[in-house]
Amino acid sequence: MEVDQLQRTFHDYHASLFNEGFLDEQFVQLQQLQDESNPGFVVEVVSLFFEDSERLLNDLSKALDQVNVDFRKIDAHVHQLKGSSSSIGAQRVRNACIAFRNFCDERNIEACLQCLQQVRQEYLLVKTKLEALLRLEQQIVAAGGASPM
Amino acid sequence: MGMAAADAQFHVLAVDDSLIDRKLIERLLKTSSFQVTTVDSGSKALEFLGWHHDEEDDDDDDERSNSNEVFVSPKNHQEVEVNLVITDYCMPGMTGYDLLKKMKESSFLRNIPVVIMSSENVPSRINRCLEEGAEEFILKPVRLSDVNKLRPHMMKSKCKDIIQNPQNQEKQDNNELIQSQSQSQQTSQPNNNTSNKRKSMDEGLSPDRTRPRYNDMTVMSN
Repeated sequence: MEVDQLQRTFHDYHASLFNEGFLDEQFVQLQQLQDESNPGFVVEVVSLFFEDSERLLNDLSKALDQVNVDFRKIDAHVHQLKGSSSSIGAQRVRNACIAFRNFCDERNIEACLQCLQQVRQEYLLVKTKLEALLRLEQQIVAAGGASPM
Repeated sequence: MGMAAADAQFHVLAVDDSLIDRKLIERLLKTSSFQVTTVDSGSKALEFLGWHHDEEDDDDDDERSNSNEVFVSPKNHQEVEVNLVITDYCMPGMTGYDLLKKMKESSFLRNIPVVIMSSENVPSRINRCLEEGAEEFILKPVRLSDVNKLRPHMMKSKCKDIIQNPQNQEKQDNNELIQSQSQSQQTSQPNNNTSNKRKSMDEGLSPDRTRPRYNDMTVMSN
């Protein structure tokens, strides 16, 4: 596939992620921190986000499954997830975390379980999209183009 | 990149329990030509800064409020000076506030400017930190524009340090400055922890990249 075509595809896809609220301005900040001396910065941070999130989602699942639910622990996990999603610009994940924390405060297990579902869903969505975006970037570079990041 | 090396003379210690945020702050700081060390806790930060709380210390410094404090310059950190500490507020164990407090209570560390970061905009928290002596409170996620605000704090502190300790100044390139000081010492100091900085100053320093702090010094000494 032609580099120009790939660049256009990237550009449109990138724009749609912002328009649909998956990503916010913070992701642009990440892109700005990537350059020739640090060509893998976005991939690196996004990968860390994936690892971190998966670990936290597992921990949350376990914590909500306990006989005596420790809401402080749950709140701490959600706070972490909110922080990391905010740091990479994963807006919808961050917003889902904010809602989750409100229900933690109310100590409402049912609502928390639903929130966890919601957060997981948003995470999986943004993960898919980010992977697609990064794959496009890879293809462009492999085809001899400059990274559009 | 010789120029960048000459500019990388302010050393920032970044403290955050989140790996992602450490990566981010490190990149932000390096992009702004700062030297960076990152640690994941307040206690590691204090360790890096050479602070130890020695309960068995029984020397004759009882009059000082910090009589139990022992400052040990870690062997592998002797040449490293920290010009600013930027720390997350919410951390398990020692919070950023606790770290700030410990530093301000230490006669060795209190002059190092401290900046607090937090993802939460809680006015009482912000005020508490500022009252305890934090230079700034930055809301996360941290951006390049936030990092640009850090340099003045480091420069201000450097100037204060030079005024209070003129014998620690670099010599050759600052002869006029030294002569205008009340105390002037031309010999190099045995515990000179600025030797690394002198080296980096000499390498590839071009006029338009001269650190403005020395110009400030000239003005202040008039």
